[in-house]
Order: sequence, then C-alpha cells, then structure tokens
Amino acid sequence: MSGRITRRQALVSLGTGGMLLSGCDRIGGSPAFQAVQSGAQDLTRGVQRLVVDRTALAPEFRASDLSPVFRTNGNAMPDSPAYRAHLESGFAQWRLAIDGLVSRPLSLSLAQIRRLPARTQITRHDCVEGWSAIGKWTGVPLKLLLDGAGLRREARYIVFHCADDFGGTPYYESIDLIDAFHPQTILAWGMNDRILPVGHGAPLRLRIERQLGYKQAKFVMRVEAVDRLDRIGLGKGGFWEDNSGYQWYAGI
Amino acid sequence: MEPDAPDEAPADEPPPTPPLAGGEIVYRHRWPTRLWHWLNALAVFVLLMSGLMIFNAHPRLYWGKYGANPDHAWLQIGGDAERGHVLIGPLDIPTTGLLGHWTDSNGQIQTRAFPSWATIPSGYNLAGARSWHFLFAWLLFVPGLLFWTISVLNRHFRRDLAPTREELAPRHIWRDIRNHARLRFPTGAEARDYNILQKLSYLGVIFLLLPLMVLTGLAMSPGMDAGWPWLLDLFAGRQSARSIHFIVAMLLLGFILVHLLMVVLAGPINEVRSMITGRYVLPREKRP
Repeated sequence: MSGRITRRQALVSLGTGGMLLSGCDRIGGSPAFQAVQSGAQDLTRGVQRLVVDRTALAPEFRASDLSPVFRTNGNAMPDSPAYRAHLESGFAQWRLAIDGLVSRPLSLSLAQIRRLPARTQITRHDCVEGWSAIGKWTGVPLKLLLDGAGLRREARYIVFHCADDFGGTPYYESIDLIDAFHPQTILAWGMNDRILPVGHGAPLRLRIERQLGYKQAKFVMRVEAVDRLDRIGLGKGGFWEDNSGYQWYAGI
Repeated sequence: MEPDAPDEAPADEPPPTPPLAGGEIVYRHRWPTRLWHWLNALAVFVLLMSGLMIFNAHPRLYWGKYGANPDHAWLQIGGDAERGHVLIGPLDIPTTGLLGHWTDSNGQIQTRAFPSWATIPSGYNLAGARSWHFLFAWLLFVPGLLFWTISVLNRHFRRDLAPTREELAPRHIWRDIRNHARLRFPTGAEARDYNILQKLSYLGVIFLLLPLMVLTGLAMSPGMDAGWPWLLDLFAGRQSARSIHFIVAMLLLGFILVHLLMVVLAGPINEVRSMITGRYVLPREKRP
C-alpha cells in the first residue's frame, strides 16, 4: 500500500471535514438532538445531586484570596426611571416584595432587611464564560425570608424579578427549593465590607454559590414563589435560558 | 509421557512455531479496545472542538483560585483588525490568519481566538457548545471507565501495555526513538506487539491525560466543587484547573496528530482495518 497522500486526497479530506462541521451545526440545530443534549444535562444534574449533599457548602475563602478587582458583568446600571429614582433617594422608598405561593406576602424596606440576621461569606463567582472572581458577600439568608412569608405546599420554585432589562426584556432568574433553602443562598446587600455597589446589583443581589454567574440575579425587586416556570418570561426559568439557550441548572 | 525421560523436552517449553516473517494475519485488537477506540475518537473530536468554542468565550488563562479580565493571564489569544496573536508570558507569537484574526466563509475578518472551522458550533454559541461538551463528556467518561475495568480484568494493560524492564532501559528507548525518526517501523514478529514509544504514549493517555481531563473538568463545575472540594486542592484552584484542562487538551491534540501521522506512515488500510476487525497483517521486511 502506498503511504503517499495526493493533493486530491488531501482536498477531499478537507472537504469531508467541512461537511462534518456543517453537519455538526445542522445536528446541533435539530430539536431532537437538543432534547438529547438537554437530557444529558439533566443526567449530569441528577448525578451531581446524588454525589453532592443537598447542604454541601460551596468553598469559602480567606480575605487574602479576594480578587483585587471584581469586574462587573451584565447590566451595570438599570435603565428604568423608577430604579433611578430609588437610587437617587438611597432606596428609602424601595420595598422588596415576597409574594406568590406564600401564606403571608411580605413587603420589606432595605433598612428592615439589613436589620435581619445576616450571613457573610467569601466565595468564588464563576462566569459561564470561564472567568472567576472571589468576593465577600453579606446578606440575609433567603430561608429566613421564605420562612417568614410561609411557603405554601404547592410552591416548587423561587423566581427573582429584577430591575434591569436587555433591550426591554426584563431580567429574571429562578431556582429550586433545594438551592433556595441552602445555607449559603443569601440576598446580599453588602460586598467586600461595603454597601453593595450599583454595578454589582444594588440594593439586593442573589448569591447562589453552587451555580454560575448568570443565576446571581442583580437588582432584585421581587421574590415570587411559584409551582411552575412555564408561565414566566418565555418559560425556561430565566433571561439567558429564554433568550440564548443557557441551561436552567447552572451547577455544571 | 514419562516425566523423567532424559531425552524429552521440558513440559513447559512452548511447542515450536515457525518464526513470523511478515505477511501473517494476527488478531491484534479485541472488541473492547476497538469499540472504545471509535467511541473515544468521536467523543474527543466533539469535546475538543466544542471546548475551543467555550475557550473563545474568554480566551485568557490564569493560575490560581480566581482570574478575570483585570488579573494577569499567562496565556491570551486575541487580535484586532490588523493582526492576530497568542501571548504566552513575555512571548508575542503572531498568528494572523489562524488565531485571533481570520477570514470566515463570507470573507469577513473575525477576531475570535479559534476560527470557525475548528469549533462546534462553527459560529459563536457558548450555550450550544456547552450542550455538546457536556453530552460528549459522558461518552468520554462511561466507555472510558468500562474500558479501564475490562482491560484490568482481561489483563490487556498488563499483557500488552506494561513495559518490560528491558524496554525501559534508556538505550532501548533511544534506539526506538531513532528508528521512529528514520521512519523504520518494526516488521514480522516484532510488529505484533506495541513498541516502547507506543506503550508509553498509550499509558500516558489512558492513565494520565484522560483522567486529568475528567478531573479538571469536574473541578470547573461550581456544583462539584461544593461536594468534592478536594478537586480544587488537587489543582490549586479553579482557574489553574481550567489552564490544565486546556494544556492537556492540547497534549491530546498533539497525541492524535502524531497518532494519525503514524497510521498513515505505517500503512493506513492495514492499521484502520485492524482497529475495525481486529485483524492485522504483520508488515514484511522492506527490501532495499
């Protein structure tokens, strides 16, 4: 057998490579294959839930590990006039609504929230793009608020409605009750020993430390308990999930 | 047979076989090896290319626990309208036309790190690339684990891959390197078994590179880090794990390129057939 490769063979194999690639794009665009892919991520989530204890804590770091500069990402300043007005008045009139499938809907001022027991944690923020930054977050455990409002039996998810938007589509995120009641899941009002800056989501930002950055909703205005996600937004549980195909479970 | 008959051969001596001169057909690869080879080829192909798309989302690598745009990146691939380059430490390697500055199929200049022919999906699509990556990660992991188990049980590792003491002698390794460099490949009986360079590279891939890929991949998952924080200790932080993931992927790419080159040089039809049917024709001595 001759081991020599002719130019023609080389071109044919390059062409085959190109066909393989456009084939991958076509396969990747087919709903059936996307269902397989999403099934694989459900499998991954299931296995993670199996090997990782529900209450396992995300690693916490020392003050010496803090990122010197914690970059902002996503929206650094919501566009809405209402938000601007709140910002100008130091969020004096601002209220956090906790409603939906709860027995006692709550409306809390920022001062009330800051007086509640707080948890401080130095954790790593991982963007889906690949970068990580370590920051110190202080805030009220979500569990305290949910216990105060009294979740009804039907509640299965917690939805976070935000003040920011992308091209008029409001930002929102959602998590299940395992993560909602996790001890490190807090609504943070402080960052690196200061009041949470606007770029990082003032007045309140969700920290859900075992998932990626896009789950860490900023500018949280309202916390809603729901039994299903398909009636909110485009139904996939979050802005990036709805609009760019990101996975709802971002622990991977 | 009389056990102590003086003129009988000792019972443990193998029956005499004619020496293999080349041209004989031997059964070289058993089905677990063949099946794993092709599943792995598919998995690695997709994982590599979807991984390059994921890298494109943040084409910078760091050492340590954290790392983002304000921090020092030890490797960076980028470009602008004029040129593309790879920055590694103090090195600035021009890569215009290949990385960081390339022309897409519509004739447009793009400044993403890896060009569309090298990524899955071909356009910028982080969510799509992650979906491909995490599906084919299972195809790497599950068959890999089965191959490991079967190869321990059927003694494939010990019989075919474990080097002998003589093979590990520097002089033997050096001779093998020289023979490879001169493209002189074993023939006849010698070609039936893996040579030392093959053994070392297959062992390196199976026991070092592939496990490193899986473990550094897991270390990048914030969910796994909560359950198995030792992953972070093992690699000294998530960003280090991400760097190692990339470096090992490049080592695997290097292995695959050399592997393909060797297949082509050693006789692609015989080699590929042996990985499909298991049967391999021992090469004959080349006549000058």
